[in-house]
Amino acid sequence: MSTQEQEPATQEQEPPETESPGDRRRAEKQRRLAADRQAEAEAATTTDEETVLLKVFRYDPEVEDKQEPRFDDFHVPYEDGMTVLDALIYARDTFDSSLTFRHSCRQAICGSDALFVNGSQRLACKTQLSDLDAPVRVEPLPHQDVVKDLVVDMEHFYDQMHAVEPYFQSDDLPEGDLEEQRQSRENREKVKMSTRCIWCGACTSSCNIAAGDNQYLGPAAINKAYRFTMDEREADKKEHRLRILEQEHGVWRCQTQFSCTEVCPKDIPLTEHIQELKREAVKKNLKFW
Amino acid sequence: MSHSYDRGLVEDFGRWREFTAGMWAWIFHKFTGWILVGYLFTHIAVLSTAIPGAAGETVNDVNVYTYTIQELESLLLVRVMEVGLLAVAVFHILNGIRLLMVDLGIGLDAQDRSFYLSLVLTAVIAVASVPTFLEGML
Repeated sequence: MSTQEQEPATQEQEPPETESPGDRRRAEKQRRLAADRQAEAEAATTTDEETVLLKVFRYDPEVEDKQEPRFDDFHVPYEDGMTVLDALIYARDTFDSSLTFRHSCRQAICGSDALFVNGSQRLACKTQLSDLDAPVRVEPLPHQDVVKDLVVDMEHFYDQMHAVEPYFQSDDLPEGDLEEQRQSRENREKVKMSTRCIWCGACTSSCNIAAGDNQYLGPAAINKAYRFTMDEREADKKEHRLRILEQEHGVWRCQTQFSCTEVCPKDIPLTEHIQELKREAVKKNLKFW
Repeated sequence: MSHSYDRGLVEDFGRWREFTAGMWAWIFHKFTGWILVGYLFTHIAVLSTAIPGAAGETVNDVNVYTYTIQELESLLLVRVMEVGLLAVAVFHILNGIRLLMVDLGIGLDAQDRSFYLSLVLTAVIAVASVPTFLEGML
């Protein structure tokens, strides 16, 4: 929190040379806001209302006293229904504006706030503080390089996702421009869970095979491949998709630890999908006639 | 990424409290597998004493193979390790069946319970074997 405390001091030391009434008003407003924030922060820590202790991973290679990773404590006043993301937003807005984390929709759809909370990969916006033991330890996703605070470099994850060609590519299109590509209800049910993936990266981060083998596709990418491999409208491309998956670093690297299935915020049965693709790959190659 | 901080693996055993059932099953399966491989080599070493034994070689008027077995079985440590070996083998077999079911896509929702079940069965069988293995020692 030291980075923030220094800010008001530096502002006061350097008043503009020629001060217009507008500048004065703005400076005055700045000071008042800073004082308000300070008061609010103090009120939050001193009053005896219920607070939750957040221990948040801090690291920033561009700020000198954050180059050495550390954990900062934030005492956030607890409200009913408060999520980890709510608490982080409160901490950032009230205590330290330099606290950095990704978030967008706040309703478990955008998939940008997967974090390592109390030793497990979770979506911060979907995790209730009341479900967690205090103190709540918030870290960036494991097995990905940390860019700053809770922000990790997702590039490798996206490379893996793109490696399985995550788009519909059937050549077998129906006649007529406006004709629909129909899918049976049963087939829709089969791929339903796999379509729920929000690309948050929690599963791949939890997989310690993916951690040790950078070429391994990882559960998210395999699940994405499952969604298209099992889609009956793309039957003509099934062999092409299995060719990608059956490689040495494809489905066979999975050792069924169930870590991915355990952490998936959308409850996708990832291990089940990977196992099914393994069986498909065997069926494709093992023919006794 | 030049500006990034590598925290290394979080799976180090300092975080063992956070491991889930599937992770424990994986660790135990590997561990018991290594023990069984190691046992196979010592097993071969003991069995190999039967080769001169077949030609009639003796120690203290006892066939050398029989002598080796008797000497080993007279040690409490060996008896205790036999119980341990049984427990390791039983767990590896039961968890192997569990993994077979997982590979066949059967009962994936119950994978954690089947792991606990294999642990419980292993414990029961190991305890039940104690009177047999420690007979005449205590």
